[in-house]
Amino acid sequence: MGERLVELEVLRYNPETDSEPHFQRYAATCREEWVVLDALNHIKETLDPTLSYRWSCHMAVCGSCGMMVNGEPKLACKAFLRNYEGAIRVEPLRHFPIERDLVTVMDDFMAKLARVKPYLIPRQERPFSEGEYRQTPAELKRFKQYSMCINCMLCYAACPEYGLIPNYIGPAAIALAHRYNQDSRDGGREQRQQEIAATEGVWECSFVGACSEVCPEHVDPAGAIQQVKIKSTVDWYQAHLMPWLNK
Amino acid sequence: MSRKPYVREITSEWIFRHPRYLRYMVREFSCLFIGAWTLLMVWGLKQLAQGPAAWAAFLECLKSPASVGFHVLALAFAAYHSITWFNLTPKALPLQIGEEFVPDAAIAGAHFAVWAALSLAVLYFAGAF
Repeated sequence: MGERLVELEVLRYNPETDSEPHFQRYAATCREEWVVLDALNHIKETLDPTLSYRWSCHMAVCGSCGMMVNGEPKLACKAFLRNYEGAIRVEPLRHFPIERDLVTVMDDFMAKLARVKPYLIPRQERPFSEGEYRQTPAELKRFKQYSMCINCMLCYAACPEYGLIPNYIGPAAIALAHRYNQDSRDGGREQRQQEIAATEGVWECSFVGACSEVCPEHVDPAGAIQQVKIKSTVDWYQAHLMPWLNK
Repeated sequence: MSRKPYVREITSEWIFRHPRYLRYMVREFSCLFIGAWTLLMVWGLKQLAQGPAAWAAFLECLKSPASVGFHVLALAFAAYHSITWFNLTPKALPLQIGEEFVPDAAIAGAHFAVWAALSLAVLYFAGAF
């Protein structure tokens, strides 16, 4: 395996000394098969131990190392150096406040995620003695792609609506709410609708579609949002034009 | 150690950051041409109600180079909007039969087929053939 000199321009921000972020350029000898995360680790170990960023699994499962690589939201562990030419610009995920260097403040996303109740709310509670809630392969396939979300927040960094309207619940939280709404074992849709069918829910989305394009796990949040819009519209017509159906 | 998170301002440069955002803005922008064309049709109806002379003047007006140019642009934007919109329909209307989902091409294709059939029907009733 070969090596080459890679230049990284990393956005740095130290809250204790800086009034605003600035780019710092590093030149590091990297192996051909490395990803951006390897380069950052190499820089931290050999050139600059003060460089801060989040990472954990190095295999696109934990969702910790989301950052902007040449302006695109990427998992640093999945962004191969060989796919980039010239200096690689690395910035914290867009649309989130910067805590320090490449570390963002993700409190907003975590609070929104909790609001949509992304967990199974069984239609009827059953005692353990009655066994598991069973499901057919077709019922599983109905929601499975949405369950692949790793909460990496790349979709939020890609979504201009979230950037412009910070109250918008956003792609991943709605996709996860939809995942449970689609689950045959779940009965919590009405509770989630209060959050996702509201103005700050799906109706802030104007279907740019960027969320689905950047998702590293091939989830389709844009699709989930449009499906929630259609179902919520049907709900509205049923409630106002066919009230007898609600009895 | 105190926290001092830095919030970055959002500027309109996001539109040019990636071709996908520009494509989206073109789709949004198409509504101006489609809206203007609709207003033109309303004006045409008004001229029709005012009698043959007003209607003939309206038709003559439509033949002007500016009008032809506008119609070509409006048609291009309307086609761009419709094509990109129909290509997105499989996301909004997934159809699961048994275990499998109907392929995206079939769902988008059905929309294009209905579009073509309705367009032909309109042309037929307009006496084009």
